Amino acid sequence: MNAVAVQSPPLPAEDNPDWDSGTAELGHVLKPGELDLSHKVILYLEDITVSFDGFRALNKLSLTIDAGELRCIIGPNGAGKTTMMDVITGKTRPDEGTVFFGQTIDLTRLSEPEIAHIGVGRKFQKPTIFENHTVFENLELAMKTDKRVWRSLWAQLDAAAGDRIAETLQLIRLAAHADRLAGLLSHGQKQWLEIGMLLMQEPKLLLLDEPVAGMTDEETERTGELFLSLAGKHSLVVVEHDMAFVKQLGGKVTVLHEGSVLAEGSLAEVQADARVIEVYLGR
Amino acid sequence: MRTPLLVRLGRSFDARSWQLLGLFAAFALIAVPIMHLLLPPEHPLHLSTWFITLIGKILCYAIVAVAMDLIWGYGGILSLGHGLFFALGGYAFGMYLMRQIGRDGSYQSDLPDFMVFLDWQELPWFWVGSDSFVWAALLVLVVPALIAFVFGYFAFRSRIKGVYFSIITQALTYAAMLLFFRNETGFGGNNGFTDFKRILGYSITAPETRVVLFALSALALIGTLLLARTLVISKYGRILTAIRDAESRVMFIGYHPLWYKLFVWTLSAMLCALAGALYVPQVGIINPSEMSVANSIEIAIWVAVGGRGTLIGPVIGAFIVNLAKSWFTVSFPEYWLFFLGTLFIVATLYLPQGVVGLWFSLRARLRRGGDKGAPATRGVGA
Repeated sequence: MNAVAVQSPPLPAEDNPDWDSGTAELGHVLKPGELDLSHKVILYLEDITVSFDGFRALNKLSLTIDAGELRCIIGPNGAGKTTMMDVITGKTRPDEGTVFFGQTIDLTRLSEPEIAHIGVGRKFQKPTIFENHTVFENLELAMKTDKRVWRSLWAQLDAAAGDRIAETLQLIRLAAHADRLAGLLSHGQKQWLEIGMLLMQEPKLLLLDEPVAGMTDEETERTGELFLSLAGKHSLVVVEHDMAFVKQLGGKVTVLHEGSVLAEGSLAEVQADARVIEVYLGR
Repeated sequence: MRTPLLVRLGRSFDARSWQLLGLFAAFALIAVPIMHLLLPPEHPLHLSTWFITLIGKILCYAIVAVAMDLIWGYGGILSLGHGLFFALGGYAFGMYLMRQIGRDGSYQSDLPDFMVFLDWQELPWFWVGSDSFVWAALLVLVVPALIAFVFGYFAFRSRIKGVYFSIITQALTYAAMLLFFRNETGFGGNNGFTDFKRILGYSITAPETRVVLFALSALALIGTLLLARTLVISKYGRILTAIRDAESRVMFIGYHPLWYKLFVWTLSAMLCALAGALYVPQVGIINPSEMSVANSIEIAIWVAVGGRGTLIGPVIGAFIVNLAKSWFTVSFPEYWLFFLGTLFIVATLYLPQGVVGLWFSLRARLRRGGDKGAPATRGVGA
């Protein structure tokens, strides 16, 4: 009765136009559902358009994220940042355009749990954790494992899983709060717990929507250090308003405006861009 | 190392809960038969037939309440049509009881009386096999499970939630009631099934039969509690409450809420059907009014009064409300619905965790400054 969590990719290896073009790695054969990073790109968004009742939240948005990259997305309210994340994670289907994860996986054909399963993790703008579960249980539920009903009925924690949870608890500095209800944590701690849950999923791509909102300066800085240590192993896309934080992360910055890309480059470059200054009213 | 299932089952309750369950089992399986069968009627400890039937009936209701708590208290899915599954279980077993009447009906025919009355010459196709106890027992579980599965699949797949889901379940049970009211449907129309004579060849009104049915209901309730408790403390149970609290987060960490909801929904329907099948031989009648919307709402009231998300609370709630009902409907029949409505409002406004929550907070207050995160606020009490 369980749906198979991972569908085969839409294109079998033989039908993939890049398969024998010489640009792909030689002798590389993909298993169904495996992420193909042979072009060093983990995410392609191409001409994405999403309209809500005539309002174009995304307007022919095109964006690529390299494997291992740490990318910041900025833009004024209503620029389409959250809608873009909705499209990548399967919550919203684009009216037009394609979203590819690696070379072969078409994300517009997968459901939210399937996308999560193949390695896209998402942190919401408002911290979304399980408030009636303990911190430990929150991490336990997020952990990468077989997530079908039948398995969950009989699942028991083994030592390795316990170690992984303990490791993550250390990393997000909540080890002392492991048995507390998550709802009792401070706002900043909730943000960290959600980031910890994301890490337990072992995603290849992390989408982080305003991860440092409501954090103290010290917490913000520690979050920045954590993200920098994750880059390389994972790819990160961070939507943020806090320019000091964006500066700390230091990667490439993409400015969204009215549903498409306005400018792209280092923070200094985009801050010098006349159009960006105009949109931000001198900010 | 994996813990064997029996050990897990043993650990699912604490020592005191096991003692209470044991006490209850001893009462239902040993004390009740002795007090009803062996003590003479004039003895002060003699239990009357009225008592056995009333409590046996409430035991069945308590199973339904626990089944409701699983989906509502733990899954956040409020069904206002659960009476449908209870009634379907009752009807499925009622078909067997009707066939057991044999030629002792008013028309001395092989067919049930209502079919003779409708001038039917032979059994409709869906009555084939209904003279077999095993077949009937199978129907009791399979038919409600299938209906729940198909209905739940489409409802959950379309992400119908909250009050919309509740309203659709109401419509479902109402439609089924109208269908069963029709004579042509083949289930006795508005009279339903009654005048049962035998079950497995034993007289259905014999005191021994009543005691056995009572004991079976008690065992079914204990089994339901064990199953439900094991389920809610498993990883599955934690995911279920997570879906209740933050469904989108559950989806984005890779679980399909559809299958998680569908599992508990179907299981809940099957438990209701089992309760219905135990209920019908004890009260001696099943008719379409069991599918009325009011009946299903009453189930939700038992759970709300007892305490959602506590498992034992709904059992207590089913007893409180139904004992009050049997007293009210004799003493002041015209005020019963007012009382029921008041009870629901009071429970919703002042007792969000029901009587069990009240008990926990009183105990915490007595111990003064006890842990603020008492089990009641977590929604996972024993």
